[in-house]
Amino acid sequence: MAETITLEVQRYNPEKDTEPGLQTYEVPLKKEWVVLDALNYVKDKVDGSLSFRWSCRMGICGSCGMMVNGEPKLTCATFLTDYAPGTVRVEPLKHFPVLRDLVVDITDFLAKLSRAKPWLIRKQEKPLAEGEYLQTPEQLDAFKQFSMCINCLLCYAACPVYGLDPLFSGPAAIALAQRYNMDSRDQGAAQRLDILSHSDGIWGCTFVGECTEVCPKHVDPAGAIQQYKLTATTEWFKSMLMPWRGE
Amino acid sequence: MAIPTYYPPRAYRTRVSTYWWLRSWPYLRFILRELSSISVAWFVLVTLLQLGALHRGPAEYARFGEWLRSPLMIAGNAVALFFLLFHAITWFNLAPKAMAVRIRGKRVPPLFITVPNYIAWLAASLFVAFVLLRG
Repeated sequence: MAETITLEVQRYNPEKDTEPGLQTYEVPLKKEWVVLDALNYVKDKVDGSLSFRWSCRMGICGSCGMMVNGEPKLTCATFLTDYAPGTVRVEPLKHFPVLRDLVVDITDFLAKLSRAKPWLIRKQEKPLAEGEYLQTPEQLDAFKQFSMCINCLLCYAACPVYGLDPLFSGPAAIALAQRYNMDSRDQGAAQRLDILSHSDGIWGCTFVGECTEVCPKHVDPAGAIQQYKLTATTEWFKSMLMPWRGE
Repeated sequence: MAIPTYYPPRAYRTRVSTYWWLRSWPYLRFILRELSSISVAWFVLVTLLQLGALHRGPAEYARFGEWLRSPLMIAGNAVALFFLLFHAITWFNLAPKAMAVRIRGKRVPPLFITVPNYIAWLAASLFVAFVLLRG
């Protein structure tokens, strides 16, 4: 018989359960299998009622973020063999309301993300006939790291500040705001300042730094937030010293 | 009869445990770094008390020195010094995250930010040692 590994999966049915519980499954332990493969095996062969989100299986879509043995992980990039021998405990992402089994409600994040205005803002759009906004490789390099974010929300699950204070904008939303602030084509930094330089924005961050550690795309949200703290402080000083400067 | 599904469904929310920082070393290290600010405040307080004693004359200053030499104060200050060093070292190591310095379009390596911080720290310490130990 082939080798197996024990999967402990958190189950929660909002129509029946008052609180979640763990259910155990034995799944084949294959060298090339990730935790997501194991979950799909359970759904296909053992228990079709198991609910979880996934799409691309290759670390691009950002849907399959879950807690694996207590750590936020993309389950499509977390190999079963790394946990063998032993059990693999799969739970929904921490700090989010659980809708069912491993599915969490991310409405709060989506609202925060749109408040950070993660799109190019121009004071005046130039006509299409004038062509695209050009950028040098250096200008691209200034924000490229922050643009790698796939909104998988592992950083929110790793952030104790978000867990303790749900009003906190959180790592990914701020990193994405910073991504557009650093973009040479963008002119909306002033519009984002009020939202970001706020006790629920960057100043809520106490620099635990775990968001950066768990980020599967090496975005470094903690760095983005600290860098923005510097920018916001400089802007505040400038507005104090030169109140006539304005926009 | 089937039970109708209501929308939005009843979500399960958990509360973060008061002891969340005991769950992993990085969290604990963060809390220790935050707590180390008490040590910083403590040394400021000691320095202010010392200045006060100096102002009140030699007898008072000698009494202050006596108090500093008590075993309890030495032990307390040793612990405070440990946390102060922890504070400084962890903070200097985090500095490159906050400072994205670019030279000719390329971001400078983290060591270029960390090392000058340590050099400045060493220079300031040497200066203080020079002033105190000059005899």
